[in-house]
Amino acid sequence: MSDINLQRRNFLKTAAGAAMVTVAPGMLLFDVAHGNPQSVGKVRWGMLIDTAACVPGCNDCVTACNKENGLSGGTAATDSQWIRKIEIKDISSGREVSLPMMCQHCESPPCVDVCPTGASFKRVDGIVLVDKHRCIGCRYCMMACPYKARSFVHEPLQDQNPDVPRGKGTVESCTLCVHRIDQGGQPACAEACANKVILFGDLNDPESAIAKKVKSVVSTQIRADLKLNPGVRYQGL
Amino acid sequence: MASYSIPQLRSHLFYVLMAVAGSIVLAAMFSVHSMEQHGHIITGMNNQIVWGMPHVFAIFLIVAASGVLNVSSIGSVFNKPAYKVRAPLAGLLSIAMLAGGLTVLMLDLGRPDRIIVAATNFNPTSVFAWNIVLYSGMFAAVAVYLWTLMEQRMNSWSKPAGFAVFIWRFVLTTGTGVIFSFLVARQAYGSAILPPMFIVISFAWGLAVFHIVQAAIYEWNGKHLDEYVQKRMRNLMGVFVIASLYFVATYHLTNLYFARQTEFERFILVEGGIYPKLFWIGYVLLGNVLPLLLIYLPALDRFKRIPIASLLIILGGFCLLYVFIIGGQAFPLDIFPGYSVSSSFADGEIGTYQPSLPEILLGLGGVGVAFLISAIGIRVLDFVPRELPKK
Repeated sequence: MSDINLQRRNFLKTAAGAAMVTVAPGMLLFDVAHGNPQSVGKVRWGMLIDTAACVPGCNDCVTACNKENGLSGGTAATDSQWIRKIEIKDISSGREVSLPMMCQHCESPPCVDVCPTGASFKRVDGIVLVDKHRCIGCRYCMMACPYKARSFVHEPLQDQNPDVPRGKGTVESCTLCVHRIDQGGQPACAEACANKVILFGDLNDPESAIAKKVKSVVSTQIRADLKLNPGVRYQGL
Repeated sequence: MASYSIPQLRSHLFYVLMAVAGSIVLAAMFSVHSMEQHGHIITGMNNQIVWGMPHVFAIFLIVAASGVLNVSSIGSVFNKPAYKVRAPLAGLLSIAMLAGGLTVLMLDLGRPDRIIVAATNFNPTSVFAWNIVLYSGMFAAVAVYLWTLMEQRMNSWSKPAGFAVFIWRFVLTTGTGVIFSFLVARQAYGSAILPPMFIVISFAWGLAVFHIVQAAIYEWNGKHLDEYVQKRMRNLMGVFVIASLYFVATYHLTNLYFARQTEFERFILVEGGIYPKLFWIGYVLLGNVLPLLLIYLPALDRFKRIPIASLLIILGGFCLLYVFIIGGQAFPLDIFPGYSVSSSFADGEIGTYQPSLPEILLGLGGVGVAFLISAIGIRVLDFVPRELPKK
């Protein structure tokens, strides 16, 4: 009888010990962990999209994005789409508008708030990115994004663009072509648009074309009611 | 065969059950391996329905794991002897279901190999990160609680330990509800009623699981469950079922009152195909009305009505979660309120979802893990409730 008790006691002691070892590092790290620094930089990259000039049925921005970032261009429910054309129609007036939709690079991005590992993060220049080495593929950011801007890589990838690393089992979205911006260029979609629908630039620089235009024309943020302050604005909505 | 005695048969049956559960877990592991190789393309999940069948199973197991501890709380915190003798079993079931649920959640990740990243990188604003702490802490809290219950010298500590578990599981189920209530832009979620709703629902599901396990143990050992205990626990389950139905009804009624939400409610309750069917037939009728009749109608006494009611409550739970999680995502995001929209990315369309075998097997694997832990625990340790003589 005493043998059995001893065994049971030892089992419980080991179990309790193992549980403590499991929890302790987590508790400790929770205390010392810092969030992503949300410091406001001097630069805030953004876009102004002129919907009046955007041609329904034109897909040049989407094609350019797919080529630049090595996306397949497929439109199955499991394919990644970093930018898409949306046709919208005012239910009461019947007015129709065509516009490109992508990650809105919010100032207060819900995807960054909910990401458990900090893989979703915002750079000081306002670009919202996913760290492909840190993303565990939980897809909580996709649940949280109000713009349906994110895609999950459902299949193994081949022939990746070395400038734009992607990974099966991780989440991805428009990077604002950060690899081009860091070289002084502009996003592929903005460059590809023949009608110059997409104006890219630094919203914080009063001398930039985008800042001047945002100041002089009526533009709106999509789902402005959510107070996320997206870096992408739309004109003519 | 005829020479076998009943205990021998039981012993054989035990190993058969172990083998069946083990096979399910193995099949789940094979599914995970396939998902690892081919990616989530072999599941029914996609860029609109990002959480699918594995999440239905995982959330059921985690919510029930918290709820089953009610039996312990009523015993340890509120000092009811009939529940106190059942506290160790409830603790074991809680650990087992939590382990099963977390296994499913973890293995469904796009990169399950990076679980160490989740354990070492905490984003303090993420509810998921909080839940990692809450879930692992729950294991520890329940393990300590079981120790104080089963080690005689520690018995005097069982009340504070029970109280700690009582608090912890409330926070844990709140955390699970908050996963959804913090989603600002989705019509189905983003409501403060979800955490309390999950807490109350957990009571009903946890007790239903407990009833089934208890009935099986008593049947297995040829014991008869005391009439008084039966009646008390039966009535308690009835109250929990009514309370959870009340919360679910309030959630939908609030939505129906808001003009911006009525389209979503029409989808989920009337026009959404599989979702209204599962809600009304699966959840309301089979998961609530029928169990309540079984619980409260004395005329049905000759049936094994409590285990049947419990099974129905569990079935209803799965239906509710399917509607809530998958139906909630199937309804399109309202990115442009007041506009009709269309795109190549299924904007404005109802999301399609066909659960595939690998993801169902993964979910069942979680149930298998919970079953194995419970069955082995009950066999090797002293978890069978010992009825105290009635005063």
